[in-house]
Amino acid sequence: MDELKLIARIAGQRVTLPADAVESVVEIEAITPVPLAAAHVAGLAALRSRVLTIIDSYAALDLGTAPREGVLQAVVVTIDNHLYGLLVDEVEDVVEIAGDPMPVQAGLGAGWTGAALGLVEHDGRALLLLDPSRLVAGAQAMAA
Amino acid sequence: MDELLGEFIAETRETLEPLAGEIVAWEADPSDRARLDSIFRFVHTVKGSCGFLDLPRLEKLSHAAEGALAEVRSGDRLPDRRLVDAVLAIIDRIGTLVEALAAGEDYPEGGDEGLILALDAQDEEEPVHAAPVTAGAPAPRAPARSIRLPVELLDRMMAGVSDMVLARNELSRRLRERGGDASVDTAFERLSACVAEMRESITRTRMQRIDGLFSALPRMVRDISAELGKQVHLCVDGGDVELDREMIEMIRDPLTHIVRNAIDHGIEPAEERQKAGKPAAGTLRVDARQSGNQILIEVADDGRGIDDAKLVQRAIAAGILDSNRASALSRRERLELIFAPGLSTASAVTAISGRGVGMDVVRANVERIGGTVEVESRSGLGLKLTLRVPMTLTIIPALTFRVGPEQFAIPRAAVDEIVRASGGSVQVEQVGEASVARIRGERVPVVELGALLGLVARAATPESTLVVVRASSGERYALAIDGVQDHEELVVKPAAPAIMATGVYAGTTLPDNGRPMLLIDPAGVAQVAGVRADHSVAAASAVEEGPAESEMIPTLLFRALDGAPRAIRLGLVERIEDVSAEAIAHVGGRLTLAHDGRVIALFGIPDDPARRPEGRLRVLLLGDGAGELAYAIGEVIDIHALPREFAPAREPGPIAGVVLVDGRQVELLDPYWLFAEAGSGGEGEAERPLCLLDGEDSWMRDVLRPIVEAAGYRTAFAGEAEEGAGAVARLIADRGGGGGEAEAASAGAPVIRLRATPDAPPDSPGSVYRYDRGALIAALAAARGGR
Repeated sequence: MDELKLIARIAGQRVTLPADAVESVVEIEAITPVPLAAAHVAGLAALRSRVLTIIDSYAALDLGTAPREGVLQAVVVTIDNHLYGLLVDEVEDVVEIAGDPMPVQAGLGAGWTGAALGLVEHDGRALLLLDPSRLVAGAQAMAA
Repeated sequence: MDELLGEFIAETRETLEPLAGEIVAWEADPSDRARLDSIFRFVHTVKGSCGFLDLPRLEKLSHAAEGALAEVRSGDRLPDRRLVDAVLAIIDRIGTLVEALAAGEDYPEGGDEGLILALDAQDEEEPVHAAPVTAGAPAPRAPARSIRLPVELLDRMMAGVSDMVLARNELSRRLRERGGDASVDTAFERLSACVAEMRESITRTRMQRIDGLFSALPRMVRDISAELGKQVHLCVDGGDVELDREMIEMIRDPLTHIVRNAIDHGIEPAEERQKAGKPAAGTLRVDARQSGNQILIEVADDGRGIDDAKLVQRAIAAGILDSNRASALSRRERLELIFAPGLSTASAVTAISGRGVGMDVVRANVERIGGTVEVESRSGLGLKLTLRVPMTLTIIPALTFRVGPEQFAIPRAAVDEIVRASGGSVQVEQVGEASVARIRGERVPVVELGALLGLVARAATPESTLVVVRASSGERYALAIDGVQDHEELVVKPAAPAIMATGVYAGTTLPDNGRPMLLIDPAGVAQVAGVRADHSVAAASAVEEGPAESEMIPTLLFRALDGAPRAIRLGLVERIEDVSAEAIAHVGGRLTLAHDGRVIALFGIPDDPARRPEGRLRVLLLGDGAGELAYAIGEVIDIHALPREFAPAREPGPIAGVVLVDGRQVELLDPYWLFAEAGSGGEGEAERPLCLLDGEDSWMRDVLRPIVEAAGYRTAFAGEAEEGAGAVARLIADRGGGGGEAEAASAGAPVIRLRATPDAPPDSPGSVYRYDRGALIAALAAARGGR
């Protein structure tokens, strides 16, 4: 399986996301908070005339709260006709990674395990492949 | 209808083109099942469309072809050459007829029968030449004036225009910052106008006449009523109302369900209707009209309406409601139970409805698109459901406001009024944990939006603004916010599930400043804040009349016995009945009426004896939920919707004040005073009229006495009462032969003889059957009146 993967950093970790799920990578300036929503819903941002629901990937992975200062990078994905922006530290690259993801052996912590599809190898290093829809569902939903 | 016809022509043309290939392939191999199916589907669709478009020729042709093809599909018939030819000839004819329709020409009559007969020409030798094309050359095809577009494309255009509007706004800001250059400004103005126009026309491309939805109704009503053996007359009006085509799809199911329900549960079978004095055929009215930015769709039947008492019983039985709560419900709330999940009003599950898809689903679907459903029932006379939906899914008028550092929007339709918490007519009081606002005397619960959303941790201050909101579910409350920003038309998009899960938002929107904003869902906020609809019963019942008439109350106008026109709020009138003047008695300075086994206070009888009624008279029976009283009238004039306000009378009395009806002053009855007067009774135990019971057997003591006492009398047994002379009546068990005469005369009170048999025996005229409670009470009242 030859597939394009997007390499990004979340909480200092290098992870990959399936590139076919990713619509674009955008820079977010202002986020409108959504009171009462789950912790991993950081708020709303505009992408031209569309509204993005911004997902705090740190919170979704049960790692606390993503930094909210300055210009933030978000990976835009569409899930069930809704547009989401996943907050990441930085998007590094888009690469072609061959082979199916391998099952994760090591204990990663509940947050990572819940969102991971498996491990892929790139440049001799193992990287976690995350499922965007599980990030969007949030930590509680993954634990359940 | 023209639009439908156009659509039919476009659709038929569109399917005919690829079908040409299928036909050729089928001709080559008549056993090819896939080809056969697609040809069958084509004639089937044409037949279906022709039915409601009233195109009998096309219908006949397609019906015949469908029949023949169905036989082939089921294997009853082999597709031979002759059949293929005949079917092809029919499809060709359908094509020519459709082109003629498109060109607006009459296609020459005749020839169709030959084509249809050819389908059956199985064994006959005669070759199929039954398609003599009557006109030599086919009619020149009229250029198509319409095209079909996928809705996604329209959505993309709409999104593009929205982007354009945002870019324009950005540009406008930048231009303002730089300062004026007249020539640039002029060019910019022109661009703005173009963008606005473009936005409007693209919005219009999404609009469709509601006809498309209504056209399916006649057939549906016909089928359902035939299946149920009922007669239903359908009246449809307002088909030219336009709304968003997506919206039409969203209300298709709810409307279908409501119509099914109306026929199944509302409209009674013919015999039952005739027994109730209604025409044998029920009437179902479906109306659409535009009201501001909303479309109102009313579905009204003249069936049996909803028995709200039965509904409450069912709700209790189903565990939806406990009996304490049930007794506290207003009539409107009881009716609203039809929207409770898991509650069916059908007494039996039928094939048509009652299969689990309930009114709760209807309401949920309508509310999901920002609409509301209201129910109005007149028991025995029919039911009216009103769907209110926004004209488009996307643009709604909204109020934007500030709470703490954030901005939110709320649909304008839900906003009743905006007041300042410190205004002269407004006071905010603390009741326990909750705040209650008194706005012009009316108490409205306050919801601190900032605290509810966790944005600010403080109660409403005098600087707060109160937005009085009426949620679709009936709750009325005041939303305490920091300040109103603007009235805007907002493009509302559904929010992500994680946001909807909070229950307080209806969607997201992107105002012109380019910063996303959340739209507050008034019903959701009420639920999260724990505001119950109970607070608002009086106000809520008024809203059923629609926003323009929200302060109007249905009022009954009648001519009183003294000849003057008077008015009373219709909600208090339980029944209008004719009673005998003999059932009226004058006791202790007031009038009472014996009615249905009870004695109730009677008002409205003129003091002037010359104007007093004789024989029979008509009374309004008024109820306040607990008590009952009667008001005598001459005749009912009319029912009007009259404003809540009236000019109050100077002193308390039976007349509350004066209302204007068509410019005339009419006295409005004061039910409060009447009920207070009826309830006070003016009679202590001692003043209650005495009724003597003759003989102290157990029947007299245990059976008769409670009934007489309940009717408002004191009782005493003939032997023990020294003041027996003051008795208004004396009840004697009639054992036949008139044995009680002697005692009757001695006591001085009129005697009512109670007989044991229902039919009056000849030797006991004027006696009353002892179990005829009504006659007994009436006789007592008559005896009392006679004194």
